[in-house]
Amino acid sequence: MRDIKIKKQYAPSDRIFDIIAFIFLALVVIMCVYPFWNIFIISINDATDAIRGGIYFLPRKLSIASYEDILTRSTFLHSILVTVLRTGLGTPLAVLATTALAYVLSRQELLCKKPITLLFIFTMYFGGGLVPYYMVLKNLNMLDHFIVFIFPNLISVYNMILVRNYIEGMPQELFESSKIDGANDLIIFTKIILPLCKPIIMTIALFVAIMHWNSWFDAYLYTNSQSLKVMQSVLVEILNQYQTTAANQAANRAGQSVTPDSIRMAATMVATIPIIMVYPFIQKYFVKGIMLGAVKS
Amino acid sequence: MKKTVTVTVKPVKSVRKRMWEQRYLFLLLLPALVWVILICYAPMSGLYMAFVNYTPKGKGYFADLAQSKFVGMNWFKFFFQTDFLTIMRNTLATSFLTLLFSFPFPIFLAVCLNEIKSARVKKFIQTSSYLPYFISWVIAANIFITFLSSDGVINKILLGLGLTNKEILFFQHGPYFWWIIAVANGWKVLGYNAIIYLAAISGIGQDMYEAADVDGATRVQKIFNITLPSLKPTIIIMLILAIGGILNTGFEQQLLMGNDSILNYSDVLDTYAYRYGLKNGMYSYGTAVGLFKSVVSFILVMGANRISKRFNDNNALF
Repeated sequence: MRDIKIKKQYAPSDRIFDIIAFIFLALVVIMCVYPFWNIFIISINDATDAIRGGIYFLPRKLSIASYEDILTRSTFLHSILVTVLRTGLGTPLAVLATTALAYVLSRQELLCKKPITLLFIFTMYFGGGLVPYYMVLKNLNMLDHFIVFIFPNLISVYNMILVRNYIEGMPQELFESSKIDGANDLIIFTKIILPLCKPIIMTIALFVAIMHWNSWFDAYLYTNSQSLKVMQSVLVEILNQYQTTAANQAANRAGQSVTPDSIRMAATMVATIPIIMVYPFIQKYFVKGIMLGAVKS
Repeated sequence: MKKTVTVTVKPVKSVRKRMWEQRYLFLLLLPALVWVILICYAPMSGLYMAFVNYTPKGKGYFADLAQSKFVGMNWFKFFFQTDFLTIMRNTLATSFLTLLFSFPFPIFLAVCLNEIKSARVKKFIQTSSYLPYFISWVIAANIFITFLSSDGVINKILLGLGLTNKEILFFQHGPYFWWIIAVANGWKVLGYNAIIYLAAISGIGQDMYEAADVDGATRVQKIFNITLPSLKPTIIIMLILAIGGILNTGFEQQLLMGNDSILNYSDVLDTYAYRYGLKNGMYSYGTAVGLFKSVVSFILVMGANRISKRFNDNNALF
């Protein structure tokens, strides 16, 4: 509607605003995109050539040796498998548990609705802290088991509120009439809520999946065994091995096709590319989701 | 606000009968209930752990806890007498600098994006801006370490512009670390937070802008007289959230980007509690520090909420 405005004289203040806005937006785009681009081009550049530096916008000498090296390392491949598994298993379970809770807390007739809701909301503002949490997980025998990735992340109260608000925004007669038709809450949940809440479910699924894909800290704290290493943990190890120029020059002299630096860049890209690929497609969902979150009840 | 008023008088059902009617609801509630008790409430036993001298005796956490010697406020006293000032300085410095970077820019970004007419350009900028939000701290830390290294891009730019004549070793100077964390935090949430303001802007009635057009207002005048005042409630809520989280300066970023030589500046409440509580095995001490943080945070959130309620009833969080 605003583009059919009558052309009018630009006020000087608007000119200044335009210039500032342009510079600001350009800086934002550069700051948010360039680091990834820079790492990408270095990762596909020949490793020994890259040590010379000066690669800023385009690769100088193409080589995918770093990717070959890292993608043939069994530890890295295994960690990708663990990450894929925890994401693939953890996401649907978390979405199911969170949505079920949201549905229950959206029912007006629920007995003790207020105290039960408060029980969950309270945990957003107060917790026991890291050490007792660790101790409880230890007592539950969850440490160093795959379940430690899944169970603690089953519910996010914040996501639950998003879904609950969404359900409360749906016509409530829908549930009442299905009740009259003889449907119980389990049927309503699986047959009505899950299909009709698809947009918000996609949103929280995306958030949970990205959380699982990105998480490093819980694996670092709660697991020890090699077989449970997640991708981000291996990435941290690779990053820590990076011993600046000395190691690179040693590799250079040895005539290797990869350097610690090039491995670092390639590993970073392997962890990042899936996210970059997936999120433009689902972004309409999460923008909606964040907005729902902003317009809280 | 839609409030339904039930007029029909229903016969009062007994609680037992209603429970039976809601058996499937409770079945759906069960997993969440188990989860919240085990994951959220069981760790609140830390309230007690902070007042005892907890030593694992191998009988399980709760049994050991019950048998631990009560020491009262000793752990808190110990904290206040030793590292409290340093840790609080670091926590608050990092936090306020983070606020400085992560608060005004998303608002400005949203306002700028709103002025862009081309939908494609707008979408491109938006999509770029929330990219950092979706990558892990491991990768973000890697990016910052790479770009701020002695032969990194930032140093090259600073040298090229003549702003410095020697490479700056960003990760060797303590106070720089506060700024690095603040910039990193701001960078990561910029686009994400802007969405919230954009949503609020899209809720502003077009009639106000049209009326302003008729009055011959310039764009800048419209921004200052319509857009920003309309954003006030959202800004207040975001500020409340930020104040409530003022002791949460981050955790992974500190561990991933910090190093031993600047520990005196990088250590914040969370990392300190982790280091002593889990790494060094001083469980009760780490818990006490964590509890101190939880209580202060809780008071901050509640206080901020009360203040905002006084301003405007609709702005409160709950």
